[in-house]
Amino acid sequence: MENILDVEHLSVRFGDTAVLRDLSFGLPKGATLAVIGPNGSGKTVLFRALIGALPHEGVLCWAPGVRFGYVPQKLDIDRDLPLTGLDLLSARAGIAGVGAKEVAAALGRVGLEGAVASRPIGALSGGQFQLLLFAFALLANPNVLLLDEPTAGIDEPGQDRLVEVLRSIQSEQDTTVLLISHDLSVVSGQATHVLCLGRKRAYFGAPLEVITPKTLDEIYGTHVRFHVHDHD
Amino acid sequence: MSTTTIESALLLVVTSATAGLVGSFIVMRRMVLAADALSHVALPGIGFALLLKIHPLVGALFALLLGTLFIWGIERRARLPVETVVGVVFSGALAVGSLMTSGDELIHALLGKPTQLGIAELVIALAGSTGVVAFLALRWRELLVSLVSRDIATSIGIRPWSLELQFMIVFAVTVALGVRYLGVLLMGSLVIIPAATAKHVAVSLRGTVAVAVGLAVTSMALGTWIGAATGRETGPPIVLVAVAFFLLSLRKRAFV
Repeated sequence: MENILDVEHLSVRFGDTAVLRDLSFGLPKGATLAVIGPNGSGKTVLFRALIGALPHEGVLCWAPGVRFGYVPQKLDIDRDLPLTGLDLLSARAGIAGVGAKEVAAALGRVGLEGAVASRPIGALSGGQFQLLLFAFALLANPNVLLLDEPTAGIDEPGQDRLVEVLRSIQSEQDTTVLLISHDLSVVSGQATHVLCLGRKRAYFGAPLEVITPKTLDEIYGTHVRFHVHDHD
Repeated sequence: MSTTTIESALLLVVTSATAGLVGSFIVMRRMVLAADALSHVALPGIGFALLLKIHPLVGALFALLLGTLFIWGIERRARLPVETVVGVVFSGALAVGSLMTSGDELIHALLGKPTQLGIAELVIALAGSTGVVAFLALRWRELLVSLVSRDIATSIGIRPWSLELQFMIVFAVTVALGVRYLGVLLMGSLVIIPAATAKHVAVSLRGTVAVAVGLAVTSMALGTWIGAATGRETGPPIVLVAVAFFLLSLRKRAFV
């Protein structure tokens, strides 16, 4: 199958520090890639390089016609910002040339009420703001979703709903999903591919190949209690 | 050839409305200090213009654009906070400007001078305002997204750095529009204070822009009237009216 993303010998440096070194992998269209690894292994940096926000060395090649939906991990926004959630979504809709109907549909999909979305974004809780960013990412019909710890700060029902939304989007539209997660059970349940970033080297492959006690011990440098075969 | 009072009034309304509009985006970008300081860069430009006997507006605009490019370039290269960079540039500009202008000239450059405007000045100012308003009308969505997150903006095909430069140029033009009549210090204030008040009382983008534009025009009108009635320069009362509105907004915030 044709790859939607090809990465070859990718390196990202901040000054003299190489955060990502000689990373290579390829992702078929419609795949779900889970990126795991300890803190500081460069997961977020990889995503930022993938969307074009960081300079890099090596090959980073998306198939033509990709439309990103990116949900960052945490945003340090000014709490006093006189902007409502709807202001932000309408701006996105305007850029993409879609209307209020799509805005309402995106809000419905993530389960955010219109009344909540019309509050100033500073007045939203962490979880509500995360859902708003999710709706923002879904708005212009993306074919690649990049989710940096998408469920962090979102309550249990909200998480279930997001997982459901991801499933339906993928089955309907053949969307490629890349997600960063610390939750290994989520990873092994949903991912078709896993990229495990360590400080020394990275592993890429099918979940069962990559998430093994041996790899995890090596990458995390300590014993991680997780066995893929445990969940039923 | 000189303009009539009505034409001058029209110009003042347009200039202040533009200031309020641009100010709304300045306060949302947390660029208040930077913007205020940047407006002072006009001073050495006016000094040069007086020295070379060219129109002060040309000198001011040139210096502002140069300052804008310089600040943008340094911020981008060194990744310094814009406030730091502007603080340094501003102090330098003020020093150079003070050396080059003196006495009455300095006071006028800082605080403005009520003058009869030529037709050419009126036309240039109207064209400048139109350009600024058109830019914001076309680009407010992209500006909004990139002030929430540069990364998200990048992911949907916006180039935040280029957009930022364009916005700063628009700001420089706005300041240059008012420099001749309000002075460098006061034009910066007219951009920032009404918008800061608006940010306090409004909760949506539409509300912020409406309040900022309304207050900027009102401050300009009331201040001009007070200045004329008391026989003083019009600049200081304009800023004082704007400050009074800001203080009132704090009161509202504390009690509502």
